[in-house]
Order: sequence, then C-alpha cells, then structure tokens
Amino acid sequence: MFTSHAQRTPATAGASRATGAARTDGAPGTGGPPAPAPPATRPAWERLKRRLTPYGFLSPTGVLLAILMLTPIVMVIWYSLLDGVITTRNSAFVGFANYTEVLTDPVFWTAARNTLVFTTVSVVAHFAIGLGFAMLLNTPLLSHRVKAFFRVIYVLPWLFTVAIIAVLWRLLLNPNGVVNYLLGTVGLTDGQTEWLANPSTALAAVTFINVWAGYPFFMISLLAGLQGIPRDLYEAARVDGATPFQQFRNVTVPQLRPIIISMALLDFIWTTQQFALIWMTTGGGPINATEMLSTFTYKLAFSRYEFSVASASAVVVLLASMVLAFFYVRHQKARD
Amino acid sequence: MSNGARMRYLGGTAVVGAAALLLTACGSGGGDAAEGGSSGGDVTIEFAQWWEPELPDGAFRELMDQFESENPGITVELLSGPYASTKEQVLAGAAAGTMSDVVGLDGAWVNDFAKQGSIADLSALMSEDGFDDSQLVSQVQVDGSTYMIPVVNFVYPMFSNDDLLSQAGVDTPPSTRSEFADAAEAVTALGDNTYGWVLPLSLEAPNGVQNDVMSWVWASGGSMLEDGQPALTDNPDVESGIQFVADLWDAGVVAPGSFTMKEQDKVEEFTNGRVGMMIDSLAHVTTIQESNPDLSFSISAIPAEDGYTGERGIPYASWGIGVAENSEHKAEAMKLVEFLMSEETNAELSSIANAFPGNTESVPDFVEDNELFATAFEIYQDGYPANEFTGLPVAEELMRQLGEQLQKTLNGDQSVDDALTAAQKSWESEF
Repeated sequence: MFTSHAQRTPATAGASRATGAARTDGAPGTGGPPAPAPPATRPAWERLKRRLTPYGFLSPTGVLLAILMLTPIVMVIWYSLLDGVITTRNSAFVGFANYTEVLTDPVFWTAARNTLVFTTVSVVAHFAIGLGFAMLLNTPLLSHRVKAFFRVIYVLPWLFTVAIIAVLWRLLLNPNGVVNYLLGTVGLTDGQTEWLANPSTALAAVTFINVWAGYPFFMISLLAGLQGIPRDLYEAARVDGATPFQQFRNVTVPQLRPIIISMALLDFIWTTQQFALIWMTTGGGPINATEMLSTFTYKLAFSRYEFSVASASAVVVLLASMVLAFFYVRHQKARD
Repeated sequence: MSNGARMRYLGGTAVVGAAALLLTACGSGGGDAAEGGSSGGDVTIEFAQWWEPELPDGAFRELMDQFESENPGITVELLSGPYASTKEQVLAGAAAGTMSDVVGLDGAWVNDFAKQGSIADLSALMSEDGFDDSQLVSQVQVDGSTYMIPVVNFVYPMFSNDDLLSQAGVDTPPSTRSEFADAAEAVTALGDNTYGWVLPLSLEAPNGVQNDVMSWVWASGGSMLEDGQPALTDNPDVESGIQFVADLWDAGVVAPGSFTMKEQDKVEEFTNGRVGMMIDSLAHVTTIQESNPDLSFSISAIPAEDGYTGERGIPYASWGIGVAENSEHKAEAMKLVEFLMSEETNAELSSIANAFPGNTESVPDFVEDNELFATAFEIYQDGYPANEFTGLPVAEELMRQLGEQLQKTLNGDQSVDDALTAAQKSWESEF
C-alpha cells in the first residue's frame, strides 16, 4: 500500500512510459497498410501524436473532473458573488458583500475555533492510537492468529457508516445509556452525565466519537509502513547497542515519516469537512458548543435559504482546505 | 501493432470515450416536469410527496388509481421519498424549474416557496374552478393568497402514562399548568430514573420548540405574533408559557438529555415508561402500542393556564398540498387537489393515515372504533388547530433561533426575558 519509496499514479506512470524513449520501428498504427502520407510531414505528425497520447489517456478523467468537480466549484464561487441565488429569480452581483457578512458573523468564528479544536485533537489522537495499535499488530511477540483476531477487532470502527456511528454513540452516550451505567457502576460519575447535551462536554464527546471512528485508517496505513521497514535496519541498530526506544526513535519514526505526514495532512483536510457526524449527534448544539464550519454552512443554505452567504462560507472553507492541499501536494512531490 | 502505436490507438479510444462522456453530460438536461404530456390529449402529472411511504403499502397508489379512473386522460406519477429529502427536492426543483406538478408541503416551507415564486396561488386556481373553499378546515396563506391546503392534520395532544401517574397518586391527567407541575414533580419523586416531562430541544430538528414549548402558549389562547409579525417581547402570554417551561426545568422534572433530544427520542423515553407525560403527535399512537403493548396511556388536551376558560389551541402538523408555478398542467393538478380534498376521499385518506381530515364534512372511520382517537377528535373539535409557525418565513430557522436562546436560559446563562429579547431580534431580521 504505502511504502517509503516514490509512488507514481497509473496515469503518470503511463504517461512517462508513453513519452519515454522514442521508438522508431515505424509500425503503422492500425495493422493495415501504412497510410500514404507526405514524407515531410509524417515525422512531425507522428511526434505530435506521441506527445498527445498521454493526454488522450487522461481525457476521460479530465472530462469527468470538469463535469463533476470543476463545474460545481465554479458555480459555488459565482453564487458567492451574487445576492439571493436560488431563492430569487434575478440575482444581483454584490461582489464580496457575502464574504463580509460571513467573516463578521461571530458564530462563524465560534465554528472556526470549534473546527480547529475538533480537527487538531482528532488528527493527533488518530495518529497516536493508530501508531500504538499498528505497533501492537506488528509485534513479533504475538502469534499470527492472535494478531489476525485483534486486527479485525481494531478495524471494526472503520466498517461502520457515519449514520450508524452517530446512532450508536447517541445511544451509548444517552443519559440512560451504557456508558453512564458503566461509569456509574464503578463510581467514576453519578451515572447521569449528559455527554452530548451538556455544552461543557459536547465538543469533547463528538471529538471522542470522531477519534473512535477514524483511527483505523491511520492504523492500517502505518501497519503497512511498519511491515515495509527492512529488518536489517533493526539488526544494525541492535548491533550498535540501541535500546527498543532508541530503535523506535531512530529507525521506526524516520522510516514512517513520509506516511505520517501524508496521512496527517489528508486527515486534517477530511476532518475539517466532517459534517454528518456532528449533524446527526448534536446538530451543532447545545447552544453553539459543537458548531463547525460545515454545520454553519449547511444551516445557512438549507435552514435559512441564504444560498449566496452559504456559498461564500463554503468558498472560505475551500480556500482553507486548499492551503492544506498545497502542503500535501508539495510533500508528495518532494517524495517523488 | 507496435507498443507505441498500440498506446496511441488506446489513447485515441480514450479520447472518444471522453467525448461520449461529455456529450452524455450535455445531453442529460433535466426534463420538464410536464413531460409525457400532451400526446393525444393524455396528460401525466407528477406528484412529489413523503406520504406514500408513511401509509400502508399500496394504499396511496390505490387512491391515485381511483382518481385516474374518475378522470380519464390524466395519469398520476408518484414520486415518493422521506420527508426531509422531499423538502430539499422541492427547493432544488423550484430553482431548476423542474418541480413536480403537485407537491406535498409542510406549512413551515410555504412562505419560502411562495416568496421564491415556485408554488402557485391556489386562491386563483380555486376560483377559476369554482371550488367551494368553505369546506376546507384551513388554508395556509401568504399575503392574503392561499398557497397550501392542509389535506390531513396530525394533532399533538398530551400523552399521560396512566400507571406512572397513579403510582404518583395522580388520578386524572392534569388540565391546568399548576396541576401539571404538581403531577410532574410527583412522578419525578418516584425516583428510579423516571421524570415528569420530556422536552426535545435538539438544534438539528428544532420542531420541539413548536410542539413542546409554544404549545403551552397556544393552549392558553396566546399568540407569538401580532399582525403577522414576531411578538415575543412585551407579550405576557409568551412570557408566562416560556417561564413555565423554565420553572419545570429548574424543578428538575424534565428528563435529561434535552439539548440534543429529537422527537423520536422523546417518544422512546415515553414508550419505555421513563416519563409521566409528553406532548406528541397522534401519528405515534400505533408505534407506541406496537413497541410496548403493556403501556397503558391516555391522551388529553394540553393543560392551560389556571383559570383559563377560552378555546384551547391544539398544535398540529399537516400534510399540505400545493401546485408548482412552473407546471404546464395546472388545471389537471388542481383536479387532483380537489379530489384529495373531497369529502369521501379525504375521509378515506384520514382513516388510513390516522389523521384528522382537512375537509370539514369528512369523518374518518377510526373515530367510531377507537377510543383514543375518539377522545383526540373531541379535543380537536373542542379547540382550534394552532400552529403559528405555519406560513412564516424560514420557519424551521425561527424555531432553531428560539431553541438556542432557550437552551442558554435553561443552562443558566441568561433570563427568560433575555432569551425572548434575543429571539425577537433575530426573528425580526428574518421577517
């Protein structure tokens, strides 16, 4: 899956093969007799064809991206510059007025702060738990059967859809739910905590649910990375007298670094967009305790029907995501 | 074929595929709702609603078949989906000009769709047809014109858990606020995780503000509006209603988890015998009886302020109907509306939906053979249907805004007055 050496997508691989060493066998392209072409133009035409071939391969994806991604994005950016789109027949161009409205709304900044806390804690916890479990599943101290069993157990949260996760945890964290019963039984709480309905615990509760739901992605990727680290590196470290901790710090972490950085950036981008989980557990409440940029935007669009302002908010989120995406792409390029 | 040539050949094939994709995308422009229209005088009308899935299998289609046999040349195509997605479909359809000819509506959406110009003025269509609107129980209007007709209504009375109340020494369901508060305290005092009342205040689905909070105001003849404008402040009726809810909260008689609780959670709490009383839709009677056949419960009117003797407003939710402004078959669409509102059809639909008819003359079957519904029908006829959120702009958002302020109050961050002042301010900006 992920290894620490450079990867190439099939498209670029194909492209580099197709544009690689030029073959001059002059075989006709169609198996039939070669088409009579003016000798002067033929090499130029062949060269052009060779240059265009990779783009030919890319074209279906390009068209799909243009239809399914680029068009909606351009439409939303355009909507954000108009007034009252969708709900009025004739929208007027208002420039950046919608952006001013979004950026001066205190709830937007509450949502931004919550999103930052939720995302940062989620990514750090995903990494820590994912790495911990990956190392447990990679240990030579346990038999393959035991590790296979735990691999299934640990990966389970990843198999549930967001809707199921939300319903499941709403039930578990219900004031009359299992979590309160267990904590009450062992005497840690009074057994009546309103985890999701209390403004002071709601953000922590949804973050916890998101951590639970997302760590297997890190775990599986890091496990693949761990299994790809050559054994002789550890042997060399042991010969040098390295302790297990020193081996971890000087062999494991540097070998995993490219994966860790990629995963962390991707996870950061994805978690900032998390909507369904928040919406289905707290709806952004209680009060504004779990309002995220995603729920804030959704409410603008589908509750207040202010599609222009919602578009502006969505574009702000897009720009923030693009900054992260820029670092991700730069990191990938550096690896290549 | 050499490798390079094969590559170029495949690349060319890919381009052809991409061109086909592009043409397909360009060629799949949304068909008009009125397609399938006028070949040989036959007309197909689309009817988008969430009712069919909520009715017994095939029951709604049967009604449509009956309509088709009575109106040769008109075919009805049902587009059915869940409630929430119907709203978004109608909204998107209105924007794209592809809205179905006839649409199921909720009163909370009407103002927005009417302002958007996506639903037709039914007053004009009814007068064109010579339809007698005096037989309609109610009509939802915007600026004096009707845009939605409630086909059937689901009322929201008070449900009482008879066993819990009798254990707490309460013999009859409370009919005044002070009786209610006493009963709620007595049930909560039973301990063992039982509470007197349940209040869903989720901000995701904020209709608890309408059904469980404002209902106290309407039950005592109060109103949250004045001349169609928000009147949350300087309004003793609203203030005392909200204060009553806050007092119940402070007394600790409300089941925990309110701030993220939705309607279905509320029903679950009641069904599991953990709360003494709740305000809920009659539509849930069957669900409660099926989930917990041993639960003995009764329904009664929502308690009013002590000493209040006037008519009690009873909250309701409707299956409303409207016609798309962009429909090319408004006359045929109107025929379907009139068919559903006719005395006989309306009684039949009410019976299968366990709802109250939108036609004043219709009497549903269940009233005769089900004591609970008979009681509810009495409550319905004694009072008046009250739901002031119906027809307001961004009604759901108004509920959310008041809900958020109420949460702050119940959380101890502000007073009831502060909550109403803040909600009034945000409501005014939406009007």
